[in-house]
Amino acid sequence: MTPSRRDFLKTTGLLVVGLTSVPGAAAGLSEVVLQGPGPYPDPDFRQLDSWIVIRADNTATFFVGKTDLGQGTGTAFRQIMSDELDMAYARTACVMGSTDVTVDQGGSGGSDALQADGWPMRRVAAEARRVLLELASVRLGVPVAALAVSDGVVTVAASPDRRVTYGELIGGKRFNVTLSGANADATTGLAPLKTVQQLKATGQSLPRYDIPPKVDGSLRWAVGVTAPGMVHARNVKPPMAGATLMSVDEASVKDLPGLVGVVREGNYLAVVCEREEQAIRAARQLKAQWQPPATAPFPASENLFTFIRNAPPVFSAPPVVVGTPDAALAGAATVVEAQYEVPFQGHTAFGPAHAMADPSNGQMTIYSNEMKSYGLRNGVARFLGIPRDRVRVVWMDGPQAFGRTAAGDAGFEAAYLAQRLGRPVRVQWSRQEETAWDTKGPAYAVTMRGGLDAAGHLVALDYDARAADHNHVGYNEFDTVLIAQLTGRRKATPARGGASTPSDTYAVPHRRMATHVVSLPLIWETPLRTGNLRDPNGPQVTFASESFIDELAAAAKADPVAFRLQLLTAGTGDDRGFKRARSIAVVKAAAEKFGWEPRSSPGPRGTGEVVTGRGIAYAYRSETVVAQIVEVEVNRRTGRIWVKRVVCAHDCGLVVNPLGVTRAIECGTLHSLSRALYEEVRFDTAKVTSVDWISHPTLTHADTPQRIDVVLVNGDPNPDRPDLPHYGAGETVCKPTLAAVANAVFDATGVRLRRIPFRPERVLDALRLARS
Amino acid sequence: MSQFTLTVNGRSHTVDVEPSTPLLYVLRNDLGLQGPRFGCGLGQCGACTVIMRGEAVRSCVQPISAVRGAAITTLEGLATDGVLHPLQQAWIDEQVPQCGFCQNGQILTAKALLDKTPRPTDAQIREGMARTLCRCMTYYRVQAAIRRVAGDPA
Repeated sequence: MTPSRRDFLKTTGLLVVGLTSVPGAAAGLSEVVLQGPGPYPDPDFRQLDSWIVIRADNTATFFVGKTDLGQGTGTAFRQIMSDELDMAYARTACVMGSTDVTVDQGGSGGSDALQADGWPMRRVAAEARRVLLELASVRLGVPVAALAVSDGVVTVAASPDRRVTYGELIGGKRFNVTLSGANADATTGLAPLKTVQQLKATGQSLPRYDIPPKVDGSLRWAVGVTAPGMVHARNVKPPMAGATLMSVDEASVKDLPGLVGVVREGNYLAVVCEREEQAIRAARQLKAQWQPPATAPFPASENLFTFIRNAPPVFSAPPVVVGTPDAALAGAATVVEAQYEVPFQGHTAFGPAHAMADPSNGQMTIYSNEMKSYGLRNGVARFLGIPRDRVRVVWMDGPQAFGRTAAGDAGFEAAYLAQRLGRPVRVQWSRQEETAWDTKGPAYAVTMRGGLDAAGHLVALDYDARAADHNHVGYNEFDTVLIAQLTGRRKATPARGGASTPSDTYAVPHRRMATHVVSLPLIWETPLRTGNLRDPNGPQVTFASESFIDELAAAAKADPVAFRLQLLTAGTGDDRGFKRARSIAVVKAAAEKFGWEPRSSPGPRGTGEVVTGRGIAYAYRSETVVAQIVEVEVNRRTGRIWVKRVVCAHDCGLVVNPLGVTRAIECGTLHSLSRALYEEVRFDTAKVTSVDWISHPTLTHADTPQRIDVVLVNGDPNPDRPDLPHYGAGETVCKPTLAAVANAVFDATGVRLRRIPFRPERVLDALRLARS
Repeated sequence: MSQFTLTVNGRSHTVDVEPSTPLLYVLRNDLGLQGPRFGCGLGQCGACTVIMRGEAVRSCVQPISAVRGAAITTLEGLATDGVLHPLQQAWIDEQVPQCGFCQNGQILTAKALLDKTPRPTDAQIREGMARTLCRCMTYYRVQAAIRRVAGDPA
């Protein structure tokens, strides 16, 4: 018996509405997926039906366990899957990241959406196509080999008037096809994948489907979810780090309109009110006694690097050693040494952390923009002691979530409060709370030494990094999220943390890379908790390593591009060939686009108030290569740096959507430019003092480069090989910008900036110091 | 609590709230609008921008009591008869947003700018938009989209 649509709905528990008409550009957004009242078992990755639904009107919806943070990955998923399925892109839609209806692919992170998770998506779409062709073979009475398929219509190749659509073959019914694979990443059917040359939508700059509802105001964001009886909560954070909550004077707010309650456990404190503005007022007005910690939680930010350089490390990794670096340095004709410093930098999400949790029907549903929605679900289940299948996270759009933001913390808090109050609760962090208490990228102090031989060749390179990264928190861990710490339910042992090493592919005969982790005095319940921030460690490490390569080039009186190219071609004994060849192609592409004229830095010194210079930096991450060249103007009177022009050459293998990746590259570069010029979390010996957009400045429209050129290099040096696979993009561009700007400032002024950020007062200090 | 009547996107609404309630919370929580969003509550970022009396106004620091009588336009009210405002169309053509959370402020601030200065210079765009922040750093494309609508400077 053929199952009816009602059977389909009953068996899957899945109700898909809003797709009765042909989906247009915004198809993914017009679709609402509703589940029943629960429970919510994991969608089975071994069932084809968990990934793809095809309807009678010959449209398809893809269900993927990833989230789109605004880089257009959802559009890219539709492109690769519609290609493998042989369905027109416009007839497809994509549902992402909601734990009850999409397979757990981990949510987002590591810029690996296409590099890793794109493969199972392609394989399941190819398998659906294979199964549909078999059904068509039976229906049309010819072997599969005699069929042709285009845009979801199967025809008999020899007589194209004999046809059947995918929708006619399976619309509204289940595939009931079991896949294989040890885990979601390995999911596969029997069908082979298409070759690069057979892909149609892939490689096209299709417009992102999520943009129209973002500009016409129709998108429902995670911040906009409501439920009957929902109340509003605001946290009350300790006024100084490490403080103990001694008492709460509930009478101080009892007369406020709309007060639902004051919730306290350990050092966690929140107010809950009927209306949002009432909660804001109650949080301000609530009186509580806090006892400061016995010792200062951290040094003041102006003393941070002295502290980091002198603190005994809590962990030192075994150094990576090539050759005999000490002997090579001792024998070098010229030895250069420099120290670099990068402060704590925050996510400071544009929309502070938020979530809404609904405890209806004995379940717990959390509406959140947390990029790892599956982790949030699992963590909340453990934290609250609820079976996993009674917790679900509905992922929705939100403000940029580049890593381990506080969005997950807010999700736990909303669920905790919803459980305690038995009502839907919306938690919204304040601006000050977000900027002060969000997780931070670790501060780094790096010492570099390099040795040149008499001919100016780099013979030895020594990297020694210290990161303030002890107790680096993971994603959605039930025993490290902020509420677990504040309520005293945290784990006993802190995470070790770590420091990273440079990602270049330079051939240096003698090299050492040593890393150490140091700890601030306070490691729990601290606003200076560290967590992954977009390309974790990359900007810090690459600022040091690529600034120093420029210092060595200057010492050798060599052109900075030529100096790098020489390091990429030298020493074939340890040549990593392919990586290095692609690096060379990318550095050359950047130089060519920029119109780079070979000469050493600094350049001929201008005499005016504003002087200009150019700088290059290069980096590798995972399998993606980036070279950036910036042109800067430095105002010697005001200290202002303006990056006037940016060239970014980028090789991420096969590009699924050139326009999409170009926009992500432009914006990622400017994010790192903001980190180069402005961003620093400042604090005194009790609390973070960077709490809003005045005390924590960021890049603005006024700083925008006049011109940004992105060059998409597909740098496979072997023209006979099929095209490269789709690697990850998004984070590699964050690495080189800080060094590129410092190198350009040196080129313009002859002054080397070794401390991030380059705010005007620091630039003026450096210029003054150089004159004296 | 007091009653306040306000006109939003051409429709009249009456709400019963404290006079000090920021306009933002009335728009979002009483009227159910999604365009204006909370970003800082301090008037520093622009996420909550609405158009009021021809100006781009930060609704998070605008008490409802100060709104009396003024017609308010939000992002939802920018299109006319289902046709997007030229700036909204330019935002799509230029593929401006990343996460999109700030774009309400970008679009409405740009509208107020162009209403006053239809053909701004590059410097006027930078100055006029300088206090409207974006953490995805879409500034380069925002400016390109504004120029796409405005054409060359007068």
